[in-house]
Amino acid sequence: MKIGIPKEIYPGEKRVALTTEVAEKLRQLGFSVLVQTGAGLDSEISDKEYLQSGCEVLSSAQSVWAASDIILKVRAPEPQEINLLKSGQTLVAFIWPGQNPDLMKLLSATGVSVVAMDSVPRISRAQKLDALSSMANIAGYRAVIEAAHHFGRFFTGQITAAGKVQPAKVLVIGAGVAGLSAIGVASGLGAVVRGFDTRLEVKDQVTSLGGEFLELDFKEEGAGLGGYAKVMSEEFIRAEMELFAKQAREVDIIITTALIPGKPAPRLITTEMVKSMKAGSVIVDMAAEQGGNCELTEAGKSVVKFGVTLIGYTDLPSRLARQSSQLYANNLLRLMEELTPAKNGVIDLNMDDEVIRGATVIKNGVITWPAPAPKLSMAPIVPKVAAPVASKKIHKKKSGSARAVLFTLIILAGIGFSAPPHLMEQLTVFVLSCFVGYLVVWNVKASLHTPLMSVTNAVSGIIAVGAILQISSPNPTVQILAAVAILVATINIVGGFLVTQRMLEMFRQKKG
Amino acid sequence: MLIGISITSYLIASVLFILSLGGLRNQETARSGNYYGMIGMAIAILVTVLNPNVEAYGLLIVALLMGGFIGAILARRVKMTGMPELVAILHSFVGLAAILVGYNNFIEPNALTGSELIVHNVEVFLGILIGAVTFSGSLVAFGKLSGRVSGKPVLLPARHWLNLAIGLICLGLGYWFVAAGSSQEAMGALVTMTVLALIFGIHMVLMIGGADMPVVVSMLNSYSGWAAATTGFMLSNNLLIVTGALVGSSGAILSYIMCEAMNRDFLSVIAGGFGTDTGSPSTEKSSEVKGEVTAVTAQEVADLLTSSRRVIVVPGYGMAVAHAQHTVFEIANTLRGRKIDVRFAIHPVAGRMPGHMNVLLAEAKVPYGLVFEMDEINEDFDKTDVVIVIGANDIVNPSALEDPSSPIAGMPVLEVWKAKTVIVSKRGMATGYAGVDNPLFYKENTRMLFGDAKKMMDEVLKALV
Repeated sequence: MKIGIPKEIYPGEKRVALTTEVAEKLRQLGFSVLVQTGAGLDSEISDKEYLQSGCEVLSSAQSVWAASDIILKVRAPEPQEINLLKSGQTLVAFIWPGQNPDLMKLLSATGVSVVAMDSVPRISRAQKLDALSSMANIAGYRAVIEAAHHFGRFFTGQITAAGKVQPAKVLVIGAGVAGLSAIGVASGLGAVVRGFDTRLEVKDQVTSLGGEFLELDFKEEGAGLGGYAKVMSEEFIRAEMELFAKQAREVDIIITTALIPGKPAPRLITTEMVKSMKAGSVIVDMAAEQGGNCELTEAGKSVVKFGVTLIGYTDLPSRLARQSSQLYANNLLRLMEELTPAKNGVIDLNMDDEVIRGATVIKNGVITWPAPAPKLSMAPIVPKVAAPVASKKIHKKKSGSARAVLFTLIILAGIGFSAPPHLMEQLTVFVLSCFVGYLVVWNVKASLHTPLMSVTNAVSGIIAVGAILQISSPNPTVQILAAVAILVATINIVGGFLVTQRMLEMFRQKKG
Repeated sequence: MLIGISITSYLIASVLFILSLGGLRNQETARSGNYYGMIGMAIAILVTVLNPNVEAYGLLIVALLMGGFIGAILARRVKMTGMPELVAILHSFVGLAAILVGYNNFIEPNALTGSELIVHNVEVFLGILIGAVTFSGSLVAFGKLSGRVSGKPVLLPARHWLNLAIGLICLGLGYWFVAAGSSQEAMGALVTMTVLALIFGIHMVLMIGGADMPVVVSMLNSYSGWAAATTGFMLSNNLLIVTGALVGSSGAILSYIMCEAMNRDFLSVIAGGFGTDTGSPSTEKSSEVKGEVTAVTAQEVADLLTSSRRVIVVPGYGMAVAHAQHTVFEIANTLRGRKIDVRFAIHPVAGRMPGHMNVLLAEAKVPYGLVFEMDEINEDFDKTDVVIVIGANDIVNPSALEDPSSPIAGMPVLEVWKAKTVIVSKRGMATGYAGVDNPLFYKENTRMLFGDAKKMMDEVLKALV
């Protein structure tokens, strides 16, 4: 099959969907590759280099679109490009089907199949073809560079012969791929970086990149399905806005990346907050295309309002075209590998494959978007999955009801140990207590197992009660034995509780 | 009226005990949980002491005060590394008390007849039996943990038959005891059974080898609960039954969790006599030396650490023995000050009792945000530059996964060998508690740091600063 790479015609778009390295690997997969002349110029790839890597260079867009079975693109096709599509072709590009229903209708009318790089499911296996992440990474980097460009001072603090320079303070809102990338770059440049995200589990990621994680004095978990954020409650948003207002007065640069899938970007930075910022501050609003996190941002432009530079560029990856093209082309190559398992140059849109199913938004003119929700290979709270140790797995499967069955068996064993058959009242108490114990103890954290043992130990000193009731016997032997029993049981009670107390005193979270 | 008060108080105490265990579900509520337990116990004891039938106050108060005093001293003096021993010896006290209360109950004349008498006698018999097993078993466990008794499993020939025989004889003695015509005859049966049960307890713990100690401790914890519950049946005291059942099931769950962590069969543990089906440890096959070890100095370790980005510390019993936890945390702090990511990985059975390592790290004030369980961190080893294994052996042994003939085959372990470099701090080339040789030491990316863990960590710290 023939793969065609037309030149991007969207104004200002400098990326291209193919690099020379990828071209060679595509040919190894059995494809032949057609490139429109000048397609790579803005990414510093010449026609000659494409020719050398075995591509065929065609002179017009029409010829590329007409001769190709598969079209690889960056941006969604423009109306004049859609007119060039014909039934049976496959188009791969960023489509954003949720935001562009009209485009979807036009595309489906042509009878083509469309694979949307933005709809690749966010599961571990699909990471290598996750173009959103690779583009977000670049955008985060570029956002800091743009901010540095418009910011009139150093990022790093310095003490020079000419005086002391305070480090720049950067606030990054939203610690997704772009936000984390921005945090890493800004702290690499020496700024004091703070990160905020509604999803508490990214805290470690923020700190690992050198940022300080800002937390609200408010408990609400913001992780939604597939690693994205969800809409938060009103109280949470109020607390959040207070935090931002406070930070706006302190920091020099704000980079916002907050997006909620399928919804307009949340308004986080109000006009008031912009006014409260120091003159010369910079806001980079990476959500400008989706309406902006800042009220004053103008999408696609850099404007100065109230002395603050507001950057709303929507083409940050394209501003680093060579890098973006390289990573995007690699993502496309991984996709093509998934699509051609036989390596015979013929693609197969296998709708049983979770990744391909998710990314394919139109198949032979039929809209197949949205795909069913992804199976959660990435747990939202703890993204680490246990290593697949075979024997461990078997045990895990047993848990749940089997656990209860096992436990019942133990209780029966306990009964066999301790209960005669007809004291049903006591037996009832006993069995119920066992179950209460069972339910309560399963909730105990592993790190508290030692305190649990010492507490239960102290509690089992309750046997002293029995001895106390016996000590007033007229029989001196009984008295002595009971006294000894009380003695040892009391050691147990006092020792057990006190040592637990000591341990728990130590179990206090220190600020790490 | 008085009876009503005492029943109500017992009920309140039971509820408080349940709240106490429930409080331990997380760190925030754990301390109030402990207080609930204390209050419950205070109520129970006070109400019992005020019972109109209790008259011998002199003796009673002396015993209470002395016990409380000794307990307080023990609790204050014990080092956190000595926790397993303390818990074991305390278990034995419960067992002892159960025996004594049982005997008293037998000696005291009662007015029961017919089937009620039989039931009562069975209860007495069982109470003493479980108490005796708990008592002697805990004593041996204490001896093993504190190093007074060798940790090596003692494997008598025909040990299963021995256990079975003891069990059968006890059964027979039980019948004899219940059916006995005279009280002398019954007493004879009771004493014989007690001796046999004591022997059984000793034997049971003696033959358990090595790394299974956490299971033993939590199992004895469970037994001490069952002993209290049986005493409750004997005295028809619901408070004792409830409390005993709580403790018994708690201990059983802990043993189950420990077993799962070591890939051992749960039921066979509860019945006792495990750690034997794998044959004698350290068979010829698994103890083959597979190459040479590379030793390093503390200075080299410090250099390695300084040039890394991600470090994971795996503590084991050796760290506890050497009291190295404070130094280890200082090393971690120094590294974290240099923007190196340092985390701690805890194997569920590291140490000699459940949660042992967590307690030690908490003592050294390691924030628990840095401490991860095996399942949370096992995938991260391949992204880690340096892993420091301090006094751990079996829990990082790759033959658990690679060698099906290994005695610890199938036990989930921390896969430290996937890191770029593994540093193992160890006193010498001795095998771990399970007596199994560890191929980790011979791996290409493993460096051995020989010497006392505390001393070596001090040197590493000095080299770092």
